[in-house]
Amino acid sequence: MFEALTDKLNATFKRLTGRGKLTDANIQDALKQVRIALLEADVNYKVVKGLIEDIRTRAIGQEVLESLTPGQQFIKIVNDELVRLMGGEMAPLNLVGRTPHCVMLVGLQGSGKTTTAAKLAALMKKKGRHPYLVPADVYRPAAIEQLKKLGQQISVPVHDADSSHKPEDICIEARMAAGGQGSDLLIIDTAGRLHIDEALMEELVRIKDKMLPQEILLVADAMTGQDAVNVAKRFNEVLDISGVVLTKMEGDARGGAALSIRAVTNKPIKFIGVGEKIDALEPFFPERMASRILGMGDVLTLIEKAQEEFDQKEAEKLEKKLRKAEFDFEDFLGQLRQIKKLGSLEQILGMLPGMGQMKKLKQMKPDEKELKKVEAIINSMTREERRNYKIINGSRRRRIARGSGTSVQDVNRLIKNFAQMKKMMERFSKKGPRSLPSFFS
Amino acid sequence: MRLFGSKNKSEEKSSTQQAASQEAQEKEKGFFTRLRERLSKTRNSITGRLDRLVLGKKEITGELLDELEEILFTSDLGVETTQALIDIVQDKVARKALKDPGKLKSTLKEQILEFLSFPAAQRRTPESGEPLVIMVVGVNGVGKTTTIGKAAALFKSEGNSVMLVAADTFRAAAIEQLEIWSQRVGTEFVKQKPGADPSAVVFDALEAAQSRSIDVVLIDTAGRLHTKKNLMDELEKVNRVAGKKLPGAPHETWLVLDATTGQNAISQAKMFNETLGITDIILTKLDGTAKGGIVVGICHQLKLPVRYIGIGEKIEDLRPFDPKQFVDAIFD
Repeated sequence: MFEALTDKLNATFKRLTGRGKLTDANIQDALKQVRIALLEADVNYKVVKGLIEDIRTRAIGQEVLESLTPGQQFIKIVNDELVRLMGGEMAPLNLVGRTPHCVMLVGLQGSGKTTTAAKLAALMKKKGRHPYLVPADVYRPAAIEQLKKLGQQISVPVHDADSSHKPEDICIEARMAAGGQGSDLLIIDTAGRLHIDEALMEELVRIKDKMLPQEILLVADAMTGQDAVNVAKRFNEVLDISGVVLTKMEGDARGGAALSIRAVTNKPIKFIGVGEKIDALEPFFPERMASRILGMGDVLTLIEKAQEEFDQKEAEKLEKKLRKAEFDFEDFLGQLRQIKKLGSLEQILGMLPGMGQMKKLKQMKPDEKELKKVEAIINSMTREERRNYKIINGSRRRRIARGSGTSVQDVNRLIKNFAQMKKMMERFSKKGPRSLPSFFS
Repeated sequence: MRLFGSKNKSEEKSSTQQAASQEAQEKEKGFFTRLRERLSKTRNSITGRLDRLVLGKKEITGELLDELEEILFTSDLGVETTQALIDIVQDKVARKALKDPGKLKSTLKEQILEFLSFPAAQRRTPESGEPLVIMVVGVNGVGKTTTIGKAAALFKSEGNSVMLVAADTFRAAAIEQLEIWSQRVGTEFVKQKPGADPSAVVFDALEAAQSRSIDVVLIDTAGRLHTKKNLMDELEKVNRVAGKKLPGAPHETWLVLDATTGQNAISQAKMFNETLGITDIILTKLDGTAKGGIVVGICHQLKLPVRYIGIGEKIEDLRPFDPKQFVDAIFD
């Protein structure tokens, strides 16, 4: 999508050869393109209007930098403005004062509060806190049950709420119970409600008054349309929220809602939900969101994830081996596992620029099953076989196939590919490559 | 038998029919009032602002069209549909077919009604004696389970025996949630353990539905984002397995969309339609949002019929979608 926008902009600026200046006349079309891109990303109309004006003011008269085309220069201005509007810095949770601390999650129906509550609990637990989940949704059938099950999955205690009690009473009971459990952080999952439902909004105020939470997070669906502004505004007016969690970010929604919410509430987005798994909750980085709204992919997150997960020493060892062309199935398995640690291939691909575009993603659909198969096959090899694949004869192949639940053909194919890869590496290593070749590109 | 509100089955009760139809008419009127009331936000957003826009204006200027565009955008009609409407208005103005700003509203109303009305798709119907199988799909949190609960109540009120199938074996407590609905409404209920293969659940359920001569089977599936290839494949498999067990099933595939969703709704509908062939759109959470406009965008861009709209939490708030009624509720 970024490509699409850049292409359009470049075409628009085609007449502007060499180092020109951006003028009111020649950015007219470009502004229109940006405006449509933003609207298609669900950024609120009014926010877009203001933004376009800011961009116009900034762009006019600017010299085009030598290293950039006018189109790129323009995108840079747009990007800078988006980042500025989204607040620049990331905002962590602000949990201070006497324990137990309290985080309250509020939002519309179906925005993902219950799942977020569990994800947040898992995250805080990882950070050494002792969270206690409080189900205060007494309306939706089986909502309490849902939180209990999620709590079980992550081994976090869940308050045994009685759905006939009032939500605010459940919270008070939970606070008393939390101490006995040794918990220092209450995470309250409230019922989904419409922002215009006065009675239910009042209920939230009562919970807030009784619990005095350090954080009130509005959980909002990244796919929300123009109404995001009204929802956020109302929740903020009534509760003075402290931040926002944007959910379902792993889809193809461009998440313009993020910009709108930030613009009307002036409250930071603190987390984003990026998957159905419990650990799929990440801090929010404004500059990355800007890229996403413009459709530029999220290279930064990928790089950071890679840095976090890849074991530096492992990598060095591997590189040495590669240079000596000693790479064997054991190393291959190691690399496979490294990649798996990064997350699903689909997730990784989604972070790459241009991959957000669905057609492309579909074409090069990463086959996770295939990877699993490969892993199973290697796991079924003996250590000796892994070190020296040449000894794997017919009867060994049959055994491996049986052991891994695959067919002999599968085993053959893997070994053949591996042999080819190795040959290629040997050729490289003679030339002495400095960097790791990538097996998956 | 299958369309809510449509007359069904026996003709023999002609004497009671008149009274019934009168009652139905009154009920219908009540429904319309409720629809109007629940859509008041949308009405204010579109019509209220339109009225203010044209108030005291003598001609349709470029400035006025700009503001019209804003009104349409903020009602989530989407870029494409808004552009189409503006183009039509502009064209009419240029041809001098439309001069009076006061006529702007009726022009829009007419055009939007045209976008909303197209012949319903050919539906597959079950063989006689076989159940009507409906699969309900959508992304997470749009209200699939709640929609099924309400739809079950509607089918039941028409004298059908209904079975709910818990094929969402993934989300924690999803099975329990559907079970509570089945108890509330009083339907048959088929479930397996959490984590079970949804295809297997559906296969067994259809077997049970056949042997118990159920009229309508509603299948609840796990929410999934349309971009997740493997999860979409899983649905496709459920689809296939259902068709194997009962040729023609699922006869209907409902895509549930959340009205607060923005332009992504279009993307969702496209992907689900490609994978499964959607027969109907169900639009939930239309009350309280100012965004009824997404209906127009979806119909215009996707040419998929909207079957029901959810306009509130009550069971009767799942309503058959009638384009004329809807446009009237918004514009008058």
